[in-house]
Amino acid sequence: MRDKARADMTTLLEMREITKEFPGVRALDRVSISVRQGEIHAVCGENGAGKSTLMKVLSGVYPAGSYDGEIVFEGKPIAFRDIRDSEACGIIIIHQELALVPQLSIAENIFLGNERANRGVIDWHETNRRTEALLAKVGLKEPPTTKVDSIGVGKQQLVEIAKALSKEVKLLILDEPTAALQENDSRKLLDLMLELKAQGVTCIIISHKLGEVRYVADTVTVIRDGTTVSTLDASQGLSEDRIVRDMVGRDMTHRFPDHDRKPGETLLEVEDWSVWHPEHAERRVIKDASFTVRRGEVVGIAGLMGSGRTELAMSLFGRSYGRNISGQVRMDGKPVDVSTVDRAIGAGISYVTEDRKSLGLVLDETIRFNTTLANLDEVSSGGVLNRNEETRVAEKFRDTLAIRTPSVFQKVVNLSGGNQQKVVLAKWLNTMPEVLILDEPTRGIDVGAKYEIYTIINELADQGKAVLMISSEMPELIGMCDRIYVMNEGALVGELTAAEASQERIMSLIVNK
Amino acid sequence: MATVHSEDIAEPAPQSGKGIREYLTSHLREYGLLFALIAIMVFFQLVTDGTLLRAVNVTNLLLQNSYIIIMALGMLVVIVSGNIDLSVGSVMGFIGALAAVMIVNFDQSMIVTVIVCLIAGAAIGAAQGYWIAYWKIPSFIVTLAGMLVFRGLSLWLLEGQSVGPFPREFQLIANGFVPDIFPSGIGTTLAAIFDVRKVNVLALATGVVAAGALVWIGLRQRARNRAYGIVDEPRSFFIARNAIVAAAIIFITYKLSTFRGLPNVLLTMGVLTVIYAFLTQNTIIGRRVYALGGNAKAAKLSGIKTERLTFLAFMNMGLLAAAAGLVFAARLNTATPKAGFALELDVIAAVFIGGASMSGGVGTIVGAVVGAFLMGVLNNGMSIMGIGIDYQQMIKGLVLLAAVIFDVYNKQKQG
Repeated sequence: MRDKARADMTTLLEMREITKEFPGVRALDRVSISVRQGEIHAVCGENGAGKSTLMKVLSGVYPAGSYDGEIVFEGKPIAFRDIRDSEACGIIIIHQELALVPQLSIAENIFLGNERANRGVIDWHETNRRTEALLAKVGLKEPPTTKVDSIGVGKQQLVEIAKALSKEVKLLILDEPTAALQENDSRKLLDLMLELKAQGVTCIIISHKLGEVRYVADTVTVIRDGTTVSTLDASQGLSEDRIVRDMVGRDMTHRFPDHDRKPGETLLEVEDWSVWHPEHAERRVIKDASFTVRRGEVVGIAGLMGSGRTELAMSLFGRSYGRNISGQVRMDGKPVDVSTVDRAIGAGISYVTEDRKSLGLVLDETIRFNTTLANLDEVSSGGVLNRNEETRVAEKFRDTLAIRTPSVFQKVVNLSGGNQQKVVLAKWLNTMPEVLILDEPTRGIDVGAKYEIYTIINELADQGKAVLMISSEMPELIGMCDRIYVMNEGALVGELTAAEASQERIMSLIVNK
Repeated sequence: MATVHSEDIAEPAPQSGKGIREYLTSHLREYGLLFALIAIMVFFQLVTDGTLLRAVNVTNLLLQNSYIIIMALGMLVVIVSGNIDLSVGSVMGFIGALAAVMIVNFDQSMIVTVIVCLIAGAAIGAAQGYWIAYWKIPSFIVTLAGMLVFRGLSLWLLEGQSVGPFPREFQLIANGFVPDIFPSGIGTTLAAIFDVRKVNVLALATGVVAAGALVWIGLRQRARNRAYGIVDEPRSFFIARNAIVAAAIIFITYKLSTFRGLPNVLLTMGVLTVIYAFLTQNTIIGRRVYALGGNAKAAKLSGIKTERLTFLAFMNMGLLAAAAGLVFAARLNTATPKAGFALELDVIAAVFIGGASMSGGVGTIVGAVVGAFLMGVLNNGMSIMGIGIDYQQMIKGLVLLAAVIFDVYNKQKQG
């Protein structure tokens, strides 16, 4: 199959010298990219480098005329007015945020806007029959009538691909398809991409995860600051270091900053922590979890999605999750009250949420607004805010955390993922916490910003704070943590020191339970 | 958003002509509202041959819209918190009925009546807020139910009849004027200078002081912004905007001073507006309401007691609806079962015209007040022109739609 695909490697898509300007910003500056028929082409770059803008130009989100440059598809110059135009040509984009209607069935979603119907009356038999065929292609065994909200994110992603396949796709664009997926789901998705390639579908994949890029890509185009930096061919071997260097514009031999930690006294002790599901009263989500974090220590919690990591953190933080919570929380050996969020904050605990956009930030407000939100008392007297003091606090964090913005009056919605994450961190550091719980602190942010976040975490540990870090990326936990607890099905099933930890050992602890 | 809050600005300093244009586009909404109000006033002033801005009409205009403005203050808070209150018209009518029954049928004193009515209003708001905040029942439904319940309660309380009239002291809530505390000599002198029959010095002085205070606050903010290196509105805009606003305030109070002076209601309204503008912009509780409406989950995880805040927003709304009910009853000098019918829609419209967002987190007190005035001037101007109620309704509806379309268009353009 592979050889056959190689044989007819004609150019399918050519984007030449694409320039796209927004008021005050040149998002793309003469970017060129050339995609061959039947290949998987990876587009890499830091957040804000212009990858998504480029894909929006390609798929007609930004209509012809709003950018400069030329797009040639199947040998013909094209000018799309909107997404429907590009879909008619067989260019289909699957966005990071899935565009499925959760309350509708798989079949209804797949044929949404493209219903199998006779004079406006839907032919359910035909719809379900074709859906089954499409689902078989992507390896899903769910009945077509299953509601989308009853399947996991990984399977939803596959439904999106099935939907794309229903439209005679010639070029499939996947924007960070594995960002929300677990390792095994990601692997399945990548294998599906390879299979589609074998069937002759050309793919563009945008990804931060270089391991995945190496696994599937035939060609890699690296974009930095709105320009094409390099185009690498997989047949000559892809080196992650080379890609990273091109992405960030500097050498990056260490993915994680050096650290030399000297953990002190035990600060946080959690004992026999049990949490029941908020709706299903009989389900115990967290089972007798006990753990400790010392001052100046970074402790990781590894586990699959759904293993209860986030639920553990949220239940500790002011009972934001679950009910019938039992167990003891002690700090410096003394019991503390963490029964509401403001008590938890008062006790010196901060929780940086997993999903910064929906749980961490008020997006339409400014950096200043968000920075001071969790500790307004500090910038006020008698309930009246002191705006100057607020500005001073926000600017202090802008400088110490290197938040890249013209001013603290910028709305956070306009910031890149990495900078948004820094604003969330600023908000929590402003509460002057002793214990920081970081839930997926680097999700969806680029390599350079990750490095900066790691550096900040190290500094916090050096200041004597206790850091509890939840992550789906095992290399990140192994690279950053002094100890790692492994969680599975709501219980802590193992504990590894930094020296012992490896991906294999973590996985085997999860599997052997 | 009639006032320009410089802290919303993030663009580089507008110095060139292009800079000014950029500044204008990003603040089109605030300027737009102000200029729409001015344009409408000029238009009606011309087509009504000057009737609109006659002293007696200006006084009337303020009295007629006072209860809408009072309720718009509470509604702004409710809408910014991400909710809506459909019951305010009915609650207002019910409180008016309660006041009438207490005073006319049961001979209660005015003080007792006013206190009981305000407490009843707050309790009604609290009762509705309880279900919305702690039981998470959508505010649309709870207050729709409330709208029916309190409409029915007013009917029951009044037994379907109009109850009145009120004693004179009660009527003064709406129809009284603040007595001129300045020596009458000054008034007569000024009257001679302006060549009018009389001048109420207090009214005029209040206007001058208010205008001066606005300009002073603006200048102080500007100086502070400069000290912090915050980019501010171009100087020419600042001067023009302040000059217009100050001139308008002085002009209105001058008109009032040549008639009967400063209405009690205007004073109440002005004080309430200042209090609520301060509360929403400068206090912790105000800031938290914006956070709640902007992202309720993030607010909750930041330690904000979102339930209590929602509850308080509705309780406050009930209190203001009660205040409006007293003013309304006193103005009509009678309580009728139909009082306040469909008034909630005017109040909600005023808030949205003033730039608030349906999804919460956006809107200002000053915007809501200007929005209410805009609707009031439209009503008043069209009535003077003798336009039928049918056309009036259509025009008001289209104005609301246009204002919101303008918002959405503006937001899209800014990306």
